[in-house]
Amino acid sequence: MTTSQVSQARIESVATRRVKRRYAHNGAALLFLAPWLVGLLFLTLGPMLVSLYISFTDYSILAAPSWVGLNNYTTMFTSDKLFTQSLKVTFTYVAVSVPVKLIFALLVAMLLNKGIRGLGIYRTVYYIPTLLGGSVAIAMLWRKMLGGDGLLNSVLAMVGIKAPDWVANPKYALYSIVLLSVWQFGSSMIIFLAGMKQIPPEYDEASAVDGAGPLRRFFYITLPILSPVIFFNLVMQLITSFQSFTQAFVISNGSGGPVNSTLMYSLYLYKKGFSFFQMGYASAMAWVLVILIGVFTLLVFRSSKLWVHYEDGGKS
Amino acid sequence: MIGQRNSTAWVVSKHVLISGIAFVMLYPILWMLGSSFKPGHMIFTETWFWPQEWNWQNYMNGWSGIQGNPFSRFLTNSVILSLGAVLGNVISCSMAAYAFARLNFRFKAICFGLMLMTIMLPHHVTLIPQYILFNHLEWVNTYLPLVVPKWLATDAFFIFLMVQFFRGLPKELDEAATIDGCGPVKIYTKIIIPLAFPALVTTMIFTFLWTWDDFFSQLIYLSDVSKYTVPLGLRLFLDSSSQSDWGPMFAMSVLSLVPCFIVFIVCQKYFVEGIATSGLKG
Repeated sequence: MTTSQVSQARIESVATRRVKRRYAHNGAALLFLAPWLVGLLFLTLGPMLVSLYISFTDYSILAAPSWVGLNNYTTMFTSDKLFTQSLKVTFTYVAVSVPVKLIFALLVAMLLNKGIRGLGIYRTVYYIPTLLGGSVAIAMLWRKMLGGDGLLNSVLAMVGIKAPDWVANPKYALYSIVLLSVWQFGSSMIIFLAGMKQIPPEYDEASAVDGAGPLRRFFYITLPILSPVIFFNLVMQLITSFQSFTQAFVISNGSGGPVNSTLMYSLYLYKKGFSFFQMGYASAMAWVLVILIGVFTLLVFRSSKLWVHYEDGGKS
Repeated sequence: MIGQRNSTAWVVSKHVLISGIAFVMLYPILWMLGSSFKPGHMIFTETWFWPQEWNWQNYMNGWSGIQGNPFSRFLTNSVILSLGAVLGNVISCSMAAYAFARLNFRFKAICFGLMLMTIMLPHHVTLIPQYILFNHLEWVNTYLPLVVPKWLATDAFFIFLMVQFFRGLPKELDEAATIDGCGPVKIYTKIIIPLAFPALVTTMIFTFLWTWDDFFSQLIYLSDVSKYTVPLGLRLFLDSSSQSDWGPMFAMSVLSLVPCFIVFIVCQKYFVEGIATSGLKG
């Protein structure tokens, strides 16, 4: 009786001590997290709720929001041709630029991987477009370079090809932005290079001895081992490509033209919110974007079971 | 096959291929650099980048500015903004990261989960309510909407980056300091921060680059031309662009890229490490 009481008390005191130790830093943590907490509440979570509410209203910032239910969402998918167009443009952009960029990054990384001399210099040079490519300066250069009398057409004229104004032609304008994105394959390439360093050279040697050619070795050794890195790059590129804005804005001079051929989703959202002040509609578009990105990321994650191989047999 | 791979011909042709691709890739930048020294009418008639003579006239014209604002004003504005953002991110994100990496507190798991979620969240969702908030505070057309969020650790990616780094630092240091009577504040300032230099530098570099190149938020919040930053100022050149204006536009474009380039050259080590270990996008 007494012994069990004593042990009971001991257990309790140990438990409270453990709890105390576990939360030993509540005060200090609050201090260190204070800026982040304020930001989380007032700049992230609060605004998320507000934007969800606004997405069900008509709101022009000048007058109070008026409730319209699902109107914004139904308009988007039933009668707004520009919205459909912006989806089409964005899907095309993502579907072309992401795979081409990753394949290019992988090929160049393969070329650089095999103990080549001057790797550091090449890596630096290939990274420069990524370093500078997000700037307005480069987007303006692109617009000038691919214009009717720009650099590309002068070069093509030297070999006798008469080419169109790439930026002003609705057929090609989007692909000039795709090209700008693919041009910036540097950071994906560096991630691939880091991944390739992990591949033990014995694998390659052993299969070469067994008579596997370079193509077979690539598909049966390099690619499977690299698949987690490819997966990571794919997810990152997918998320950022869906949100692409600056390049389309500068190259089309804010219009999404010619004939809405470069009207990216973000660009249309910006125009709705800040040119036409349809903030309710723009908020609804933002939530649709979140869902779109979420669904696509989820699909990639789901598909990863089929093609991503982890060294430890897929446990992680 | 193996023999062929190691032969001199193969190595040489590989180098030719790699430098060929590199040259084609860099050519647009070289062409812009060269064109910034050419008189306007030469820019679109010459395809070779090297200027026949080096002429600084474009730089002087560009520097004297546009719409009554000297280019130096845009540069100053961008520098102030970037410094504010860099300081804010380094301080607020390292503080939050220290709490996540080293302190035990209530709701830690929930907080950490929320932090990870905000990394993935597209900023479009918070964009309009934030604009409404800043509009109420009468912060629109000031730098506050661009700087204050950085002091509130909204770039959660950097918190995550630093948490990972802090976790790699030996815990014995903290324990020894605790025995010596140091509290969390002292441990953070005297032990963690000095040791976390590489992670802090990576955060500073990428905050600088992203703020310097940021276009979307600056476009939304700044409307006075006198408050314009470099990206916004540059675009004014495009608006007024007849072919004679290409020269000054290219000259100022080149100038706007110089800070990024210097940061890159000086901190190259941190770039490659930062990208390879955490997938930072440049």
